[in-house]
Amino acid sequence: MGIRFILMVNKQGQTRLAQYYEYLTLEERRALEGEIVRKCLARNEQQCSFVEHRNYKIVYRRYASLFFLVGVDNDENELAILEFIHLLVETMDRHFGNVCELDIMFHLEKAHFMLEEMVMNGCIVETSKSNILSPIQLMDRA
Amino acid sequence: MLYIFMLGYDVDFGHMEAVSLISAPKYPEKQVGYIVTSCLLNENHDFLRLAINTVRNDIIGRNETFQCLALTMVGNIGGRDFAESLAPDVQKLLISSSCRPLVRKKAALCLLRLFRKNPDVVNVDGWVDRMAQLLDERDLGVLTSSMSLLVALVSNNHEAYWSCLPKCVKTLERLARNQDIPQEYTYYGIPSPWLQVKTMRALQYFPTIEDPNTRRSLFEVLQRILMGTDVVKNVNKNNASHAVLFEALALVMHLDAEKEMMSQCVALLGKFIAVREPNIRYLGLENMTRMLLVTDVQDIIKRHQAQIITSLKDPDISIRRRALDLLYGMCDITNAKDIVEELLQYLSTAEFAMREELSLKAAILAEKFAPDLSWYVDVILQLIDKAGDFVSDDIWFRVVQFVTNNEDLQPYAAAKAREYLDKPAIHETMVKVSAYLLGEFGHLLARRPGCSPKELFSIIHEKLPTVLSSTIPILLSTYAKILMHTQPPDPELQNQIWGIFNKYESCIDAEIQQRAVEYHALSRKGASLMDILAEMPKFPERQSALIKKAEDTEVDTAEQSAIKLRAQQQMSSALVVTDQRPANGTPSGIQLSLVKVPSMSINEDQNMAEQGLSHENGILSKVDPQTPSADLLGDLLGPLAIEGPPGTDVQSQQNIVSGLENVPNTVEAAAIVPVEEQTNSVQPIGSIAERFHALCLKDSGVLYEDPYIQIGIKAEWRAHQGRVVLFLGNKNTSPLVSVHAIILPPSHLKIELSLVPDTIPPRAQVQCPLEVVNLRPSRDVAVLDFSYKFGNNMVNAKLRLPAVLNKFLHPISVSGDEFFPQWRSLSGPPLKLQEVVRGVRPMPLLDMANLFNSFRLMVSPGLDPNPNNLVASTTYYSESTRPMLCLIRIETDPADRTQLRMTVASGDPTLTFELKEFIKEQLVSIPTALRSPMAATPAPPIPQPTSPAAALTDPGAMLAGLL
Repeated sequence: MGIRFILMVNKQGQTRLAQYYEYLTLEERRALEGEIVRKCLARNEQQCSFVEHRNYKIVYRRYASLFFLVGVDNDENELAILEFIHLLVETMDRHFGNVCELDIMFHLEKAHFMLEEMVMNGCIVETSKSNILSPIQLMDRA
Repeated sequence: MLYIFMLGYDVDFGHMEAVSLISAPKYPEKQVGYIVTSCLLNENHDFLRLAINTVRNDIIGRNETFQCLALTMVGNIGGRDFAESLAPDVQKLLISSSCRPLVRKKAALCLLRLFRKNPDVVNVDGWVDRMAQLLDERDLGVLTSSMSLLVALVSNNHEAYWSCLPKCVKTLERLARNQDIPQEYTYYGIPSPWLQVKTMRALQYFPTIEDPNTRRSLFEVLQRILMGTDVVKNVNKNNASHAVLFEALALVMHLDAEKEMMSQCVALLGKFIAVREPNIRYLGLENMTRMLLVTDVQDIIKRHQAQIITSLKDPDISIRRRALDLLYGMCDITNAKDIVEELLQYLSTAEFAMREELSLKAAILAEKFAPDLSWYVDVILQLIDKAGDFVSDDIWFRVVQFVTNNEDLQPYAAAKAREYLDKPAIHETMVKVSAYLLGEFGHLLARRPGCSPKELFSIIHEKLPTVLSSTIPILLSTYAKILMHTQPPDPELQNQIWGIFNKYESCIDAEIQQRAVEYHALSRKGASLMDILAEMPKFPERQSALIKKAEDTEVDTAEQSAIKLRAQQQMSSALVVTDQRPANGTPSGIQLSLVKVPSMSINEDQNMAEQGLSHENGILSKVDPQTPSADLLGDLLGPLAIEGPPGTDVQSQQNIVSGLENVPNTVEAAAIVPVEEQTNSVQPIGSIAERFHALCLKDSGVLYEDPYIQIGIKAEWRAHQGRVVLFLGNKNTSPLVSVHAIILPPSHLKIELSLVPDTIPPRAQVQCPLEVVNLRPSRDVAVLDFSYKFGNNMVNAKLRLPAVLNKFLHPISVSGDEFFPQWRSLSGPPLKLQEVVRGVRPMPLLDMANLFNSFRLMVSPGLDPNPNNLVASTTYYSESTRPMLCLIRIETDPADRTQLRMTVASGDPTLTFELKEFIKEQLVSIPTALRSPMAATPAPPIPQPTSPAAALTDPGAMLAGLL
């Protein structure tokens, strides 16, 4: 299936955005997030960006105080996902102008729209920034 | 609301709102409605049915943005219902040329979702052409999503989509040459790396490419990617290009390209695992592992062995894991020794998260590629030594199996085990292995220095106090075997070992107790011991459970990446061995015994012991028509006797019991029975009388125990009052019902028992305090009539409570100045009584003094000028008498220790008499009770096996009988 979930977590371990592409109950989600965050936050810069967890991999990347964590299947191309995270950040950057944690907190719906445009059902749909942002601009105008 | 949800709270209340927002006419409202719905609900939610119509209207409507929203929602959460009702519409959208790419790409993925939910929606015949048509698409967004759809379709059925293959290659070509790519799709100068990756992934689902033209052009592209990727400064560009590169590598491996390209790949990977960037190194290692599985490039990879071993020491656990996997994969007979040694060395420094895996892998490799068996034994013993906690039982079972099967190996292994036992602190598992090996093969070493049976025994026995109860049975078996191998028998050793068996006969652990009892009984049999405890038969040569584990995981690695492999391994190593049955899926008889193998070495002992018992039974009761059936005795590899058919089982149990009853030592029969639940009446564990006597001397302990319940007691005595707490502990997983406890107090004691609950919950302990007041001196004993029901068994036990005379004594030391005037003032009967007691068990004076002290009769040494005499004093408390000083004088005859003259004096005639009788009882009965613990047993379930000698001389027993 490719991508299973996308999480944005800050340095304190609070979840800022969560999008799942497979169904998990609330309790499962909470447990999963806790485990993953603990695993990833403990790692340092010199270690690689991939962590194995249960039966899938987590590709993560850190931007200032925010961690982007993406859970993927084992056979997914890790580097491609790593760059996908960067693309997501660039897209947000373009929209918010130097995106920060607060932008995502207060414009959660917009962040969701963007993700929605980029990823659907665990697959990458769109990688062109202007295409991603067009519906949001449409909405801003309305 | 999303925010609330994300934080992990339940937001049921908003679901309806969200669904109704979908039908709102305004875009922003609709947008929010859709997104919230797709985030919060799952495909089976009821509300979605409500929305299905609105969604459909949106999809077939004219407004493109609405179409998109609807498609996205369906794409994310669409279920079967959606698949059935919406698939045709979605398909139409996907291929219609009038739609904008925006809509079509969504339609593609939406279809993917629907396809996954219900494969029938995409009918293959017509669709292949259209799919091919889709791949001609120029818009990269549509192409990306179509490619995802293609991947899913092809992985399902690659035959049908042959025609798409050339198109994929063409797309890839287009991307790689960077022709005709819109600016916004290039990412750091690389044309849509994601699409490239996806396309190559799709290509990997086709077995091989036959068309030479396509093949050639594909290889050209790949070559270009392989050569053209360089490490650059920009991190993002670097990552993106390497993403493509790794995918290309995977494709090359898949296509089984010619040797030259392969070695080029390996060279590249070799470069990667040496770079500093951790991500690349990680992927390099991982891909190398994958490469091993597909092709025969091992020789080339081996050149990098040193580098890989360095990676094993990387600070990052992800990388270490990969390196370990790779080492495991590349190991073969030529480099096994190096690699395993490396792993062993690493083991001592590795952190805990990896040790188990590491040791399992080392064990497998050692077994698989061992150049000679002694090396294998070395490795495993080292392994246990270094990481005992992480060595699963399977591993040492396997060693034992190996050693048993190879005679040349036996002395070597035993010697090794002996060496390890010399170390000051060794691991539990090591104790197990060593004890087992020495028990089995220790006699082979007998001629070496320091290896006589006695020495072996003492070195093993040293470890006994430190081990867990699961290891004790193994040690007991070892003792029994050492004993058996000692020819001619060494009486000292024999006594020592019997002492140990004796000690464990009342152990709380049923397994240990049973073994102790059985071995003890067996070892008294002398010659027949030889047959029964003969060396273990060879294990039939069979596949190692470990290897099997490894093979299981190797079968399907082609597609699986290595991590899944490990997950499986960990799972199977975590499983108890017998649990592998369901995993293997074929519960046939052969399989069953196969699977059991590793646990065999433990069970077999037990099996053997049981067999031994039946044997013995056969000898003892030849007239008995019910000789145990042959199948029970016969096949060691068959199911254990306990698990055998119930009919024969019951029979044999009875046989064992009846057989043993012929042995004069009935305690053992009583002790053996509770372990088997076949018998109807519940037998107490251990001797009640013995427990009672022990409790007379101390204030807390176990009063009664049977397989279901344990009654403990804790008492505090102050002057003439006492507070006793009974602890009723249910040992079972089901509750004990109809619990009754009544105290039958003798006239001199006032006992109040607080309420005893009717049921005792499983594995729970209930406390029942009782108050005791002593009214006047008497040596009668209070009896607790205790009964409960377990299943259909009504169990009733009458237990003497240790609220005896001496509990109301308070030791007091008197000086000669105080003693003699008192002694003289109490003259003649009834205040001072004298009696000659005969039939006392001979004991040294010191022991007798200790005995008196333990009864709270304070012995004052040196008061009596005759060293053969004892003088003791104490204070007695009761409600009717004041605190009363009691003085005792014992005169012993050094020539005949079985008789003595006792003089007791106190200010109360009853007290004097009672105390005198009490001491007499103790002097006579306690020693006999020690000699034959069954002497006085008031509990009805046991047939009164009072030995005649004890019954005659023991007033305590007679007293108990009266009660």
